[in-house]
Amino acid sequence: MIALQDVSITVGAFTLRHIALEIPTGCYCALMGRSGAGKTTLLEAICGLNSVTAGRILLMGQDVTDVPPAQRGIGFVPQDGALFPTMSVRENLSFPLRMRKWPTAQIAQRVDELAALLGIAHLLNRHTQGLSGGETKRVSLGRALAARPRLLCLDEPLSALDDTSRANLCDLLCIVKAQTGVTAIHITHSADEMQQVADMCLLLEAGGIKPLSSNTALTTQSGLDTLEQHVKA
Amino acid sequence: MTNTTQAEPKRFRLDTTSDRMFMQVLSLVGGLYVLLIVGMLVADIAAVRPTHIIAAFTSPEIRYAVKLSLFSCFMTGCFSLLISVPLAYVISRLQGPWRHVLDILLDIPFVLPPVVIGLSLLLLFNSPWGRAIERIIPVSYAVPGVILAQFPVACAFALRIMRSTFEQMNPRLEQVALTLGCSQQQVFRHVVLPQARRGMLAAFTLAWSRSLGEFGPVMIFAGTIRMHTEVLPTSVFFEINDGHIELAVAIALLMILLSTIAMFIVRLAGMPGVFHKGVV
Repeated sequence: MIALQDVSITVGAFTLRHIALEIPTGCYCALMGRSGAGKTTLLEAICGLNSVTAGRILLMGQDVTDVPPAQRGIGFVPQDGALFPTMSVRENLSFPLRMRKWPTAQIAQRVDELAALLGIAHLLNRHTQGLSGGETKRVSLGRALAARPRLLCLDEPLSALDDTSRANLCDLLCIVKAQTGVTAIHITHSADEMQQVADMCLLLEAGGIKPLSSNTALTTQSGLDTLEQHVKA
Repeated sequence: MTNTTQAEPKRFRLDTTSDRMFMQVLSLVGGLYVLLIVGMLVADIAAVRPTHIIAAFTSPEIRYAVKLSLFSCFMTGCFSLLISVPLAYVISRLQGPWRHVLDILLDIPFVLPPVVIGLSLLLLFNSPWGRAIERIIPVSYAVPGVILAQFPVACAFALRIMRSTFEQMNPRLEQVALTLGCSQQQVFRHVVLPQARRGMLAAFTLAWSRSLGEFGPVMIFAGTIRMHTEVLPTSVFFEINDGHIELAVAIALLMILLSTIAMFIVRLAGMPGVFHKGVV
């Protein structure tokens, strides 16, 4: 379980105050909110990239508030994929395992496993430059999953993709969720995306964060459209 | 040096006569500078005969100067890289007023007259600290003095290149690497440095070529001692003083050739796909 207890974050002039949430283990959570609401800031704080000015972050019962990002066991997929440009796809996928000093044979096995899961086996020896948007997101997702993280943080993983790539990647996220059972936080502006992959939805607003999973408005198409218009406004 | 694709320069459409005239006037003004550079090169080439070049390269003094120049410039380039890479990385990730203070301080070698750099080094090595160093390694009026005299300005050039290299890197990559299990040191080694390879090549080459032409600080701090602290600019100075203009020009042509090769390498380092696949 990931839990945020009365967390406040300040980055430059931007502040998020009194954020509290709980996501059960194995739950895939969509985090929605208007642009500038602080979704990415919150996700980065969970990953340890932004420091928390007050409150606690608990991951599987362990207080990770002051734990460095490297030791949190969180996989992070940023919006642009952020693949390492001097490495091949294989090297990108094996990078977190090499940093954790896994044996070579196990690294090769894990990379092949991920490549098969994400449908990128044919890309393994390719350089990251020249990959399409969808391929970049798949490799970035594979790299984040490589070391079997306790939590997967995805920052708008389906943004800037064409409709086909978006649909394929959305299906892939459902497969990853089913096969790995990883706990995930997925930032999105799309109500359709949220409905397709998420088990629960949280809405980040000026007043704080509130759950939407039991909201009856989300069970109808008009309710979803209203939510989407709200977060895109 | 950066991760962005270089855009093709746009072609302007010159539809009207006034547009064309405007561009012609600009070209004429800018062309004067190009003409000056070409004129200087042609004057150098015209002033020298093959016999002068042969005479220059058979002279033991000039051969010594060539060797010392190549050695001292290589060492200066290495030291410049060794200092500029960590310093530029720290400054590029530094925020707050210290960054501005450091900016001003590190620009001083650009604005100081070369002779003043030499004089300042001389005064520094006359201080108790400097004399203590001199007791271990003789620096002033010796080969280490040549390298140290070339170093301040060469390092300032390398620092500029490295800063722009690090500042153009996507900081997101470093953040992601941290979440993937890296320490800050591992991020620098495995993510930052591989991306900075082309910047490092450019920084080394610029530092090398800048130190090749350094004369003022070398003259003041290392002296103009034939076949001891004699580098190529010193040889040019000696030959002019002795009235051997042709020999001076032959050495100058060699320096122009070496600098042109260095500039070619810097250009090559800036081209996509030349030095390292995937890093533009």
